[in-house]
Amino acid sequence: MAEAVLQARETFDCRKAWAATLEDLAAADTRIVAVVNDSVGSSNLGGFRDKFPDRLVNVGIAEQNMVGVGAGLANGGRIPFVSAAACFLTGRALEQIKADVAYAGFNVKLVGQSPGIAYGELGATHHSIEDYAWLRALGPITIVAPSDAWETAEAVKWAAAHDGPVYLRISRMKVPTLEIENRVFTPGKAERVRDGSDVTIIANGTTVHLADNAAADLARAGISARVLNMHTIAPLDEAAVARAAEETGAIVTVEEALVRGGLGGAVAEFTSATRPVPVERVGFPGFMPTGSVDYLFGEFGLSEAGIAEAARRALNRKPG
Amino acid sequence: MTTAQRNDSDPTELIRQKALWMRRTALKMVYKKNLGHIGGDFSATDVLSTLYFGVLNYDPDRPEWDARDRFVMSKGHATGVLYSALCAAGYFPQDWLETYMGPRSMLNGHPNRNYLPGVETNTGPLGHGFPVALGIAIAGQITGASYRTYVLTGDGEQQEGSNWEAAMVAGNRKLANLTLIVDRNRLQQGAGTEETNGLDPLDDKYRAFGWEVVEVDGHDHAALLDVLGAPVGARDKPLCVIANTVKGKGVSFMEGLAKWHHGVPNAEEYEQAMKELV
Ligand SMILES: Cc1ncc(C[n+]2csc(CCOP(=O)(O)OP(=O)(O)O)c2C)c(N)n1
Ligand SMILES: [Mg+2]
Repeated sequence: MAEAVLQARETFDCRKAWAATLEDLAAADTRIVAVVNDSVGSSNLGGFRDKFPDRLVNVGIAEQNMVGVGAGLANGGRIPFVSAAACFLTGRALEQIKADVAYAGFNVKLVGQSPGIAYGELGATHHSIEDYAWLRALGPITIVAPSDAWETAEAVKWAAAHDGPVYLRISRMKVPTLEIENRVFTPGKAERVRDGSDVTIIANGTTVHLADNAAADLARAGISARVLNMHTIAPLDEAAVARAAEETGAIVTVEEALVRGGLGGAVAEFTSATRPVPVERVGFPGFMPTGSVDYLFGEFGLSEAGIAEAARRALNRKPG
Repeated sequence: MTTAQRNDSDPTELIRQKALWMRRTALKMVYKKNLGHIGGDFSATDVLSTLYFGVLNYDPDRPEWDARDRFVMSKGHATGVLYSALCAAGYFPQDWLETYMGPRSMLNGHPNRNYLPGVETNTGPLGHGFPVALGIAIAGQITGASYRTYVLTGDGEQQEGSNWEAAMVAGNRKLANLTLIVDRNRLQQGAGTEETNGLDPLDDKYRAFGWEVVEVDGHDHAALLDVLGAPVGARDKPLCVIANTVKGKGVSFMEGLAKWHHGVPNAEEYEQAMKELV
């Protein structure tokens, strides 16, 4: 029975929520178009293509062109969702994202599919762990990494209504839906998953449920950990980070991304300048060796045990 | 390879045997790992077999040998065929193949030159290998080295603009030491190339960029050997070989279907495929 209970939480691939929501939005708003790079399948846009064939622009395997076309479609009054594997969308087309989207300020929605290390053993070229650092450096792009299927749908709806560039990181890794009552998705505002007073674990995307489980483990050991879902990493919810620093005195960040320049980088930049507290960053140190998603998550501490251990390290670094 | 390996009476016999071994090996790797790109492995197999067992001058014991001919696998997703070719060529022992995409394996899903001897550059993102091969060829041109450089791209891959930037430079520099091979299987990841973003007439495009263009049956070893093995001296332009191929070539139920781009056979399909690959 215990096993059954442990396995009971159903998990979902967030791409389904993304695609279904986009189809609903497109039915109601003819300005919505999708732009892809031979990525109809990997973006789950087969349904969109069948329903709105005229509003799917497949430029072929050509990401720089794809993002430029997105900017042009925005100029033409369309609301483009430019959707491709996150690694190629952000890496290959970085200058188009900088100049044509961020700097020119076009209303383009960049949708990074299977980000982080979702491509596992396909290796570092296919991982997208640098995307937060690259896009966060640009400034005007709102960066959202939904933590589950519900939040994915909310984020897509918000992005369609929002006037301005957005980067959505859509995971294909199966994750459970967070059990939080009366949830409202507020971009730019951290969601409190669990309250606590000894340490704050700030996570996003696929790692939020792991952080919450780690906090449950810590609670059994008498450590009270707060858990924040920082679904929006740019702009950062500085007020929530400030409260975490003041009220708990130690922070752990967790992200399916590089430890440099992403969520951990953003939190460390802010706290070191305003409220210095120990910050432990959980994430990937650089190019990953060959390995499956599960293997790499385990090896690099993106696990309940790894996060709990980082929390203990942060606690040990608290002064006095 | 060293000339000693060649059978000069019928050079295609070795190529044929190696191609068969490479197809069976790639299929086994992909089946066992439940991951890979078998369709693009099979369309490129005869080209790689012809290069490694009929054309390229290399020494697996000295992978960094200055004078080696270079082969750049720009369509880096086809590691099933690349790794089986490198293994057959003697770059590493056969038991390494068993680790394909396993934890910390040197046989990553996409080739990494820091992991494996014989890999000239890291590929995986499409549209990278050709510019690197261009640089290798330019190095040969400015140093007067005699090695030849070959690069294989997918046809869908040709949609990346970087290829055309490279093509223009190679044409302008009259890089006769550079050969581009396009694996023209007419399929990309999700659909046909022509319905996605058509390439035809590909030959005219390369001619307009200053290349000599030859079309060849990409599964005909004798024809491939003729074209790819032709001496550089006879040309004053880079050579584009459009290899007309069939994605999934060699296994009846895989041939010409987009779903085998990264489809993996089940147990029954695997057995059936192995029966056909004899
Ligand atoms: C820059 C980039 N964009 C997208 C991909 C995803 N992708 C991998 S293989 C492939 C299709 C390649 O088609 P083609 O070049 O025709 O190769 P082949 O048919 O020989 O397998 C795509 C889109 C990639 N690897 N790199
Ligand atoms: Mg192809």
